[in-house]
Amino acid sequence: MSTTTFTHEFDTDSFKGKVSFATGIFIDGKFSAGASNTTIDVINPTNGKVITSIAEGTPADVDHAVQVAKRTFEQSWGLNVPGQQRGLLLNKLADLVEKHADEFAALEALDNGKTVFWAKVADLAISVDVLRYYAGWADKIHGQVIETSEDKLAYTRHEPFGVVGQIIPWNFPLMMMAWKIAPALATGNTIVLKPSEFTPLSALRMCALINEAGFPPGTVNVVVGYGNIVGQAMSEHMGIDKIAFTGSTLVGRKIMEAAAKSNLKNVTLELGGKSPNIVMNDADLEAAVNWSSHGIFWNHGQACCAGSRIYVQSQIYDQFLEAFTKKALSLKLGDPFAVDSYQGPQVSQVQYDRIMSYIDSGKQQGATVHLGGERHGTEGFWIQPTIFTDTTPDMRIVREEIFGPVGVVIKFEDEEDVVRQANDTMYGLAAAVFTKDITRGIQVAHRLQAGTVWVNCINQVHVNVPFGGYKQSGVGRELGEYALNNYTNVKAVHVNLGHTI
Amino acid sequence: MVVQIAIPNSNSTVSVATGLFINNEFVPSVDKAEEPIKVYNPSTEEVLCTVTSASVKDIDVAVAAARKALKTTWGKNVTGFERARLINKLADLIERDAQTLAELESLNNGKPVKIARDFDIGDSVGCLRYYAGWADKITGQSIEIDRNMKVAVTHPEPIGVCGQIIPWNYPIQMWAWKVAPALAVGCTIVMKPSEITPLTALKLSELVKEAGFPPGVINTVPSLGSVGGAALASHKDVDKVAFTGSTITGRKIMEAAATSNLKKVSLELGGKSPHIIFESADIDQAANWAALGILYNTGQDCTAGSRLYVQDTIYDKFLSVLAGKAKELVIGDGFDESSGGGPVVSKGQYDRVWNYIDSGKKEGARVVIGGEKRSTPGYYVDATIFADVTPNMKIVKEEIFGPVLSVGKFHTEEEAIALANDTTYGLAAGLHSTDSSQCHRVSTALEAGTVWVNQYNVLYNNVPFGGKKQSGIGRELGSQALDEYISTKAVHWNYGEKLDWPL
Repeated sequence: MSTTTFTHEFDTDSFKGKVSFATGIFIDGKFSAGASNTTIDVINPTNGKVITSIAEGTPADVDHAVQVAKRTFEQSWGLNVPGQQRGLLLNKLADLVEKHADEFAALEALDNGKTVFWAKVADLAISVDVLRYYAGWADKIHGQVIETSEDKLAYTRHEPFGVVGQIIPWNFPLMMMAWKIAPALATGNTIVLKPSEFTPLSALRMCALINEAGFPPGTVNVVVGYGNIVGQAMSEHMGIDKIAFTGSTLVGRKIMEAAAKSNLKNVTLELGGKSPNIVMNDADLEAAVNWSSHGIFWNHGQACCAGSRIYVQSQIYDQFLEAFTKKALSLKLGDPFAVDSYQGPQVSQVQYDRIMSYIDSGKQQGATVHLGGERHGTEGFWIQPTIFTDTTPDMRIVREEIFGPVGVVIKFEDEEDVVRQANDTMYGLAAAVFTKDITRGIQVAHRLQAGTVWVNCINQVHVNVPFGGYKQSGVGRELGEYALNNYTNVKAVHVNLGHTI
Repeated sequence: MVVQIAIPNSNSTVSVATGLFINNEFVPSVDKAEEPIKVYNPSTEEVLCTVTSASVKDIDVAVAAARKALKTTWGKNVTGFERARLINKLADLIERDAQTLAELESLNNGKPVKIARDFDIGDSVGCLRYYAGWADKITGQSIEIDRNMKVAVTHPEPIGVCGQIIPWNYPIQMWAWKVAPALAVGCTIVMKPSEITPLTALKLSELVKEAGFPPGVINTVPSLGSVGGAALASHKDVDKVAFTGSTITGRKIMEAAATSNLKKVSLELGGKSPHIIFESADIDQAANWAALGILYNTGQDCTAGSRLYVQDTIYDKFLSVLAGKAKELVIGDGFDESSGGGPVVSKGQYDRVWNYIDSGKKEGARVVIGGEKRSTPGYYVDATIFADVTPNMKIVKEEIFGPVLSVGKFHTEEEAIALANDTTYGLAAGLHSTDSSQCHRVSTALEAGTVWVNQYNVLYNNVPFGGKKQSGIGRELGSQALDEYISTKAVHWNYGEKLDWPL
């Protein structure tokens, strides 16, 4: 029953204060040490040092969590609680997150390396909004009444699945948790959630707020552990009725496979991308440059929808490249807690090594390093904003997801050809088009094989607009009304009123 | 222009601003053309205060304020997220002030404080929160026409400036039902509360300002129906009128809308709702629901189950159980904890209800309980049950709007349905039976916008409500209420089709 407490004193320009909260395996509203009594180190990406150690979850902890989640679903959550009440609790949780927004932003910066500024302006703002958005849906989960014949009453119910497993990544730790738990709770499911072992702190901080908001114990259970152990255990668990995952395509396949081999649990996946960003001759150059920078350098390039393949039409190619390079050079790399920093370190050694190895492969395969391509600083995992040019379509840096601040800029002439090149990928998460001719933008948008197409913007989400992938970028949609489908199971009820057989 | 009204059994007062609430300020009438309205306490028959009565010119000012807000700070100028935030804030403020609002409601309307607080206001807060939840979810459609040539999208736009005219039976709750969906969609409002019960609408206006709504989004103009109500219904710059009240007035509103600018109209009107007790019913439970159906809010409910039809095999037994239930309800002062119901709202209503009771006696119906006036002050009408009624009696055909029930008898299910549907109204109906096939057959056959099976008078903010036949046009509550405030614009965007000319 021994729980650990994480305490940290912040004394920075962006945040001053002490945070102190319980950590551990969070099941049934309480923290405990994991079944194996082992721990995972949480690393500070600015210096590679250990921030704290937290309990490691194991398959036995997953079993326990599922058992508790099932009990809670049957007795004190699910359809035992009217939608109006579920909505009230979600709104309460949103209020609490908002109240503690500064603390959360500091935690994200410490754990993930993103700047406090971006954590507040993007991660926290969207997290609060998404909780409130789905709070509003909770009492609006309608089925249909369907006319068939006079002697039949037929209607559908959109029922919660029961226990849902949710596995979230490290790039937007709190925001990914909010995107997952909000629609699941609104529709009446209970949850076993595995945060990333790289960035567990904000999820653990949420646990006390979930209790304070008034959710019955066991509604949300949090088990931090390794993907191939805890994530695998969840994917193959016979007691989990649905699994939702955000992460790499590689791992997404494993999850779907495990689901298929176990109990055919419903699967939604939000996976990787190599999203094309097409800048036409008639684009507003300054806007295109600014958005394109946001497209690949925001969040240090660690966004699934990053516009990492930048196609620029020949007539403005030189101007664009010059302005884009200038823009990239203007981005300030620095301490996540410094008020003027734009970009902090990449999240971990593993990611740093991965990205650097892609940069090396680009160099080796003959691409030109137009900008950057090196480590920034001598400590921590900073990588310079990097631009490759003179690439060919078969190069690894053009085909594979790098997940870092590395963009490839490719010249094109013909619109047909660029649409073909843009679609020539196994991914299909997002795409962007820059042009002053909106009609042209719409026509191109309609031909791009992507779940989100941005016209004259990029990397902008709204909690009420769906988001998700075509092709190998995913299955299902998050955000918007569409996400409700991920967490409801349709039951058709046929009431015979007179037909005899 | 602020009065202090004493709260009974306490040393405190509640303040009420008595001007017209326009552009977030309480202002006097521009021309003082109308006599101030005297506002009464129906328990004591005394005047609580007077409030400004809006004239036709004041209505013009209010409409202009609403129009300006629609064009500048509301309508398409505000996001669904912001509308949600403000409506939720308003709900929080009403919840914060629930006790004070309940006391004011009770003083003006007569209903018990605890019922005003826990039911009227509790449900109103829920209603605002429900529609706050819709505000950022109002979507149009994108419709595939021709991939190479064009696309069509629909935009759900707010209808515009809405005149809302609400009654005196549930002043706060009717305010919430109207205001919430209109705001969620982005409409602006000129709200005319009943001249009999304007006080809580004025008090709620203070909270509208405190919540942070831009000036002009909601304007409150107490006025006589024949002045302010008529002016809104016929106003050339009002895009839609929503009215809850009598069918007679509803007709006038629709007529004024037609002859002025063809503004959109939604109406929630009267009823003479049938309540059917089949022989298989749980007698005790059915009697509870039947009592609720006619005595809740002292019968001043558009859905009152005012025509009870009991199957002949259980008629006498049921009537006797029901009479017992009716006698258990304490009708008294709203500030008395033991009161389950209060007086009727006004002298006018008091006289009206008693006229109907007299006509019932004159036309030969049998008084089972009630039917006798009290000798003490207050517009009290005690529960009155008439038996041995025939379909042509006034008390069976016309809406009484008081705690007066007529109980008829039937033999077969078909007869019950025929009796139930034999009315120009169609607001609600109820039936009690433990035969589920019968429940389905009868609920399918009843011509009413709401049918209660084995219950009565229970509504939910997420289930639509409204009348068939002459009980109304349109629906409130649920997602359907949003449709009443949305005007769809279809945009056909051509980017590929060239037109050959001449044809």
